[in-house]
Amino acid sequence: MSRSKIFPSLDAAVADIPDGATIGFAGFSGVGSPCFLVGALIRQGAKNLTCVANSTNQRNPPPGGADMGGVCANGQLAKAICAFTAPTRPSQKLPFTEFYEAGKVDAEIVPQGTLAERLRAAGSGIPAFFTPAGVGTEIAEGKESRIFNGRTYLMEHALPLDYAFLRAWKADMLGNLQFRLTQRNFNPLMAMAARVTIVEVEEEILPAGAIDPDLVHVPGVYVHRLVKVNPKGMA
Amino acid sequence: MADEKGLTRQQMANLLAAEFQDGWIVNLGVGIPTMCSNADFGDRVITLHSENGVIGYGPMAGEGHEDRHLVNAGGQHVTINPGAAIVHHADSFALIRSGRIDVTVMGAYEVSGSGDFANWKLKGAKGGGIGGAMDLAACAQRVFIIMEHTTRDGAPRIVEKCTLPITAPGVVKMVATNYGLFSVGPEGVTIRAIAPNITLDEVKTATGCTVHVPTDLRVVAV
Repeated sequence: MSRSKIFPSLDAAVADIPDGATIGFAGFSGVGSPCFLVGALIRQGAKNLTCVANSTNQRNPPPGGADMGGVCANGQLAKAICAFTAPTRPSQKLPFTEFYEAGKVDAEIVPQGTLAERLRAAGSGIPAFFTPAGVGTEIAEGKESRIFNGRTYLMEHALPLDYAFLRAWKADMLGNLQFRLTQRNFNPLMAMAARVTIVEVEEEILPAGAIDPDLVHVPGVYVHRLVKVNPKGMA
Repeated sequence: MADEKGLTRQQMANLLAAEFQDGWIVNLGVGIPTMCSNADFGDRVITLHSENGVIGYGPMAGEGHEDRHLVNAGGQHVTINPGAAIVHHADSFALIRSGRIDVTVMGAYEVSGSGDFANWKLKGAKGGGIGGAMDLAACAQRVFIIMEHTTRDGAPRIVEKCTLPITAPGVVKMVATNYGLFSVGPEGVTIRAIAPNITLDEVKTATGCTVHVPTDLRVVAV
């Protein structure tokens, strides 16, 4: 192997991210969420970012961890692309909401299945696809629609990423990844959609061959940087 | 004040869960719908699906038995049933989009007599929370709703026409509220079961559209 994918620190793994980059944060409800890489992105300080995630907030990020709301509060966010851009309860206050309502950041709301499929399409060489999700609603406004077999579908475009941040359970030194239970969620899709995939890994990084090829969830060809993180207190 | 008359939340969930048929794949959304996973399905084989990629989860995990890698759509720790499978998000929504979900159960702010419902955006809000609701509503075989019968201010949530931006048009088939169980069809809204301590007059007053009353109306057994 010519070059190791194992990086010595979270900060080293995100050091080159330029202003204006589009970055995907995998995870769902804090599970499989790369909160320590997001924390490192806040220390790194790249600005004018477009960030893609299921939600702008992660439930209870541990110390050193962060979510898109933190990136926003640090003045680094230009645009959020999410399935949630407002809290689901009026009583809930999210850090992102204040910035969004004041017009300081832009946001695009995307149905969750459409978000997943836009990432999958980007990682599969498919520029656009048709889905029935959102037909007859406000989010169909301005979108091209077509009728197939008597049913209306909306055209949705692929969503390529410059960088993807992932959280995996196990990895080998070649970047082959394994997830546990609902940790998988958006992780494989964001890896496929990105030019550069950076992974925080819970277990010790294994030698090549330690993960059965039949049990690899993300092949190492999609993975560029690995950082071992301390599982203590992690969501 | 929130209207706390009639059924408790778990009773509402049980009432709707009794409508699940043997062999169904059931998707449970955030909020009261997740309580359906605690219902007693009896002899019926029900497979619970969660949008974050679990096919075959079980009841909520008891305190001290939470697995930090296993949550439902609402981020609550659940258990996993023998024979469960895990998929990533695109495959989870492929299952949804291809029509394999027999019913999706969701919360809502409003349901209309023609089966439209609204659950992603509040009045005057910038942005909203769609989550998986639009994919599920457009593609599941049926949409069931569980919600309080009225708003905090006592206004009806079952209405002639939704005032909030809708999640999908004409898809709701069944609604469970603290007042009872309602079906939605071409005839409009029909009450199927009424909570034991609620009167039909109370139901009609608290509902924003005509409520049909069948001769075989039953009282919810609690």
